[in-house]
Amino acid sequence: MSRFDVLVEVTLRSGIADPQGSTIERALPALGFDGIERVHVGKAIRFVMEADDESSARGAAEELAKRFLSNPVIEDAAVTVVASS
Amino acid sequence: MSRRVGVVVFPGSNCEHDAVEAVRSLGGSADLVWHGDTSVAGFDAVVLPGGFAHGDYLRPGAIARFSPVMDAVRKFADDGGPVLGICNGFQVLTEAGFLPGALQKNRGLKFLCTTVELAVASTASALTGQAEVGQVLRVPINHFEGNFTCDASTLAELEGEGRVVLRYLDNPNGSVADIAGICNAAGNVVGLMPHPERACDPILGSADGAVLLRSFLAA
Repeated sequence: MSRFDVLVEVTLRSGIADPQGSTIERALPALGFDGIERVHVGKAIRFVMEADDESSARGAAEELAKRFLSNPVIEDAAVTVVASS
Repeated sequence: MSRRVGVVVFPGSNCEHDAVEAVRSLGGSADLVWHGDTSVAGFDAVVLPGGFAHGDYLRPGAIARFSPVMDAVRKFADDGGPVLGICNGFQVLTEAGFLPGALQKNRGLKFLCTTVELAVASTASALTGQAEVGQVLRVPINHFEGNFTCDASTLAELEGEGRVVLRYLDNPNGSVADIAGICNAAGNVVGLMPHPERACDPILGSADGAVLLRSFLAA
């Protein structure tokens, strides 16, 4: 068994209103930050996982991300897996 | 009317006593059921009340679906038992897959605490059997994530099968098709964001929720 660092990034699906993102975007010009668009707010979930190899770690993490860490009706989940150093 | 209602208490639920009180005021009996229990035996109906089950951590309802009692509630629902999810309970029902769709943040990013008008859209549900289609009810809402959403095919299915149970007259939160409550295909599982248990006595400002809970007790 090896250990893998997993990062699951959960974001709202396109077409789903992201009021936090749009509120941040509207606030930026007041701070002098111009030219920034498409601000989205999501969640980052990190954990360490034991698995035989990177492929099985990725498979299990993607399953976990789809079935629990995100709600596929309104959210997308991007999974990144790297071997723990 | 002598129906015995089990009101599930998750860590973070906060409307369970309102639900118990409302059921009793309408002539039913009601008892609390801890989320760690593994049975709802002896109950004729189950309520998942409002609140913040498991702190709404991850997403509202996301952790609650793993509470031990939910397996028993699922079997109860599969056997045709009436199950009502109010507010956070509705969120739990969608996360647990009893009902389709999801509740996202309100349009406008505001927590809403007000009284709204609902129109009964279907009487073929455990919550609306004694109401009339088109009947307008004044019922409180109290939520941040009450904006019902689902994909186009799910919406077409809900509309086609008459599973939209209640609609907002003046949509407060951005819900698709003004949906305030829906039911499953069999009609025995119903979820809604408004709180009928807080509108069962004129002293609370409205008694319009009583017809819904009376229907539920008779379902």
